[in-house]
Amino acid sequence: MSGERTDVVWLGSPAFPKAAEKALADDRLRGNLRNATTTIRGKRARVVGERPDWAELRDAGAAIKDATLADLAGHLERLEAEVTAAGGTVHWARDAAEANRIVTGLVKATGETEVVKVKSMATQEIGLNEALAAEGVTAHETDLAELIVQLADDRPSHILVPAIHRNRAEIRELFARQVPGAPADLTDDPAALAEVARRYLRERFLAARVAISGANFMVAETGTLVVLESEGNGRMCLTLPETLISVVGIEKTIPTWRDLEVFLQLLPRSSTGERMNPYTTVWTGVTPGDGPQDFHLVLLDNGRTEALADEIGRSALRCIRCSACLNVCPVYERTGGHAYGSVYPGPIGAILTPQLRPDEEVSASLPFASSLCGACYEVCPVKIDIPRALIHLREKAVDAKRGHPSAERAAMKLAAWTLGNPRRLSAAQNVASLTARLPLGRPSRTWPGRRRIKRLPGPGRAWSRTRDVPSPPPQSFRRWWREEGEEQ
Amino acid sequence: MNARDEILSRVRKATAGVQAPEIPRAYAQTSPTPDLLTLFAERVADYRAIVHQVPATDLATTVRQVLAVRNATRIAVPDGLPPGWTTGVTALSDTPPLTPADLKDCDGVITTCAVAVAETGTIVLDAGPGQGRRALSLVPDYHLCVVDAAKIAGTVPEATARLDPRRPQTWISGPSATSDIELHRVEGVHGPRTLEVIIAT
Ligand code: SF4
Repeated sequence: MSGERTDVVWLGSPAFPKAAEKALADDRLRGNLRNATTTIRGKRARVVGERPDWAELRDAGAAIKDATLADLAGHLERLEAEVTAAGGTVHWARDAAEANRIVTGLVKATGETEVVKVKSMATQEIGLNEALAAEGVTAHETDLAELIVQLADDRPSHILVPAIHRNRAEIRELFARQVPGAPADLTDDPAALAEVARRYLRERFLAARVAISGANFMVAETGTLVVLESEGNGRMCLTLPETLISVVGIEKTIPTWRDLEVFLQLLPRSSTGERMNPYTTVWTGVTPGDGPQDFHLVLLDNGRTEALADEIGRSALRCIRCSACLNVCPVYERTGGHAYGSVYPGPIGAILTPQLRPDEEVSASLPFASSLCGACYEVCPVKIDIPRALIHLREKAVDAKRGHPSAERAAMKLAAWTLGNPRRLSAAQNVASLTARLPLGRPSRTWPGRRRIKRLPGPGRAWSRTRDVPSPPPQSFRRWWREEGEEQ
Repeated sequence: MNARDEILSRVRKATAGVQAPEIPRAYAQTSPTPDLLTLFAERVADYRAIVHQVPATDLATTVRQVLAVRNATRIAVPDGLPPGWTTGVTALSDTPPLTPADLKDCDGVITTCAVAVAETGTIVLDAGPGQGRRALSLVPDYHLCVVDAAKIAGTVPEATARLDPRRPQTWISGPSATSDIELHRVEGVHGPRTLEVIIAT
C-alpha cells in the first residue's frame, strides 16, 4: 500500500474515478469513515454553535490570510530577521528535493541516525522520511495515528486523523503484531491502545537528540512558531531534543501576534471539535536553558508561489489544515482519502494538489472529484470558496485537454460518475450556477420557471449531448440560504 | 540566484498589485459571562481535569492534601514556587536542571501559571516564576497547577494580549489526549495523564 511517492502525490496514482471505484466497493472502509466523520461533525457543530460570533471570526481569519498573502514577501523577510535575531537559523527551499537535502544535511551534521518527528503535512508533502531513510536516518513518527500508518506500512488518509480508515479492532491487531512489548492480552479499548503507544515512544523521546516538526503558524513580527496538538508528542519533540528542525510552507505566516487570537479560536473548534486542543507550544528562536538550543527553520515553496500567482487558486493557500471540509464531504465519506492520490485528500486536496503538482496524472481529474454541494465552503474557517476554485480548475483542466488527452478522458469518466445518478446530479447543479458560461435554454415544462439547456459546458458536454439537462437556478438553494440566512 | 532570492522574487511577482484587505475584528473580545471563575472551573472540568476552588489562605493546606491523597512525595519544583506549598514532600529543585530521567521518575510537578482562559478552560505557562522551563510540566505523569484567580482572562484575545510571544509558552487544556482511534477522546498519551487545578480565590 505505501508504495513510492514523488513529492505531494503518490507515484502511479490513478485518476480519481478509478481509485474511487475501488474504495466504493470496500464496505468496511466506508463504515469506518462514516462513523468517524459523523462523530466529528457532531462535535464540531456543538462547539461552533457556542460562538455567536463565528461568522465574524471566519471573516477575520480569511482577511488575515489574504492580507498575509498580499504582502507575503515582506512578511517572510520580517520573519527571517526575527527568527535569526532570536538565535535560530533560516533556510529556504525552492522544492521538495532542496528541502530534503537541507534537512538531511542538518541531521547528518549532528551525527545522529535517528530522529523523532511530530506529524506535519509539509514533511509528508516532500517525502522527508523516505529521503532520510535513503541517507541512513530513521525517522520515528510519534503521533499515534502516524505511528499506526507507519507500522502498517500504510498511507495517511485524513489530514487530522491519518488512520481514520482503520477501526479499533484493526489497530489492536496491528499493535499486537508490530509493537515490541505490547501485552499479549491487549484489548481494543482505545485507552489500552494509547497506553501501548505511550510505553513504546517514551524512551525514544527521552533519548532523542534531534526532532523534526512543521508548524501551524509563524508570526512574522516576532519570529514566533506555533504548534497545536493533542497527545503531548509534539511537546516532547519541540522541547526535549537539542536540535529542532521545522519545515514549514511559506503560506503558514501570519503578520502579528494578535492575529493568532483568531486562529486559536477557529482551528481547534473546526478540526477536533474542541474549545481548545490539549496542548499548544509557542517558541521564538532559542531560549537559553529551555528547549532545543539549535533551531533551524526551513521555509518551503514547492509549488506555492505558482498557486499564489493564480487569482482564484490563491485562496487555497489560506488553508489552516483543519480538515473540516473532509469531514462534511459526501465524496470523501464514500471514497476515503487514498483515492485522492495525494497527501492532501478531500476537498482541499482537490484544489491544492492540482496547483502544487499540475503535471501529475491524478491532478487533472481531482477538480472533478466533487459534487459541488458547497458543504466544504460552509464549514471552512477561512472561507475558502472551494466550489468556485474547483470550477476554475475544471475550466483550466478542460482548456488543457488538447495537450493532455488522458486528463480529459479522466475528467469525462468522473463527470459520468457524477451525472449518472439523480442525487449526484442535483448536487452537481451548482456547477452550472457557478459558471457564467452557461447557455440559456428553452423554458422547461417539468421544472416550471426554469429553462432547459441543450449542452453542458466543460466535461458535462458529452453527457448532455444525449439528453436535456434541467437548467439550474441562478444560485443553488444552499448558497441562497447561506447568503440570505446569515443576515438574519 | 540563491533559493531565498528566487522564492522572494517569485512571491513578489505573484502578488504584484494585490491589495491587502482591512482586517475586520468584530468578533468578541471579552466574555459575556461575568463570573469568569465559575466558567473557568467548569470548562477545565469538561476536559476531565480535577478542579478545586479554595481561598488563598488555605492554599498550602490544600496542596498538601491533594498530594497526600495521591501518595505523591517526590515533586519537581520550578524556581520561584512559594516554598510553603511543598512542606512535607521531597521537593526536587530544578537548579541545577533535573534530567529527563529524574522528571520521568518523580511523582509529579507543581507549577503556577502566567494566564488562564475561562472561555476555553486553558492554562498558559510562560516559564515565569513558579512555572519553570517547558520540560518540567511535560515529562512527569502528574501536573498540579495553582491558578491565582486574578490570572483568569475571559477570552483568548484577552489572554494573548497579556502574553509576551518572545517567551516560550505552553497552552494546556486538560490532560494529554488523543482522538486518533475512531475520533474518541482518550486521556493520557505522552503528556501528564492527570491534570489537577487548584484555583486560589
Ligand atoms: S480548506 Fe478550509 S475547511 Fe478545508 S482543511 Fe483547509 S481550512 Fe479546513
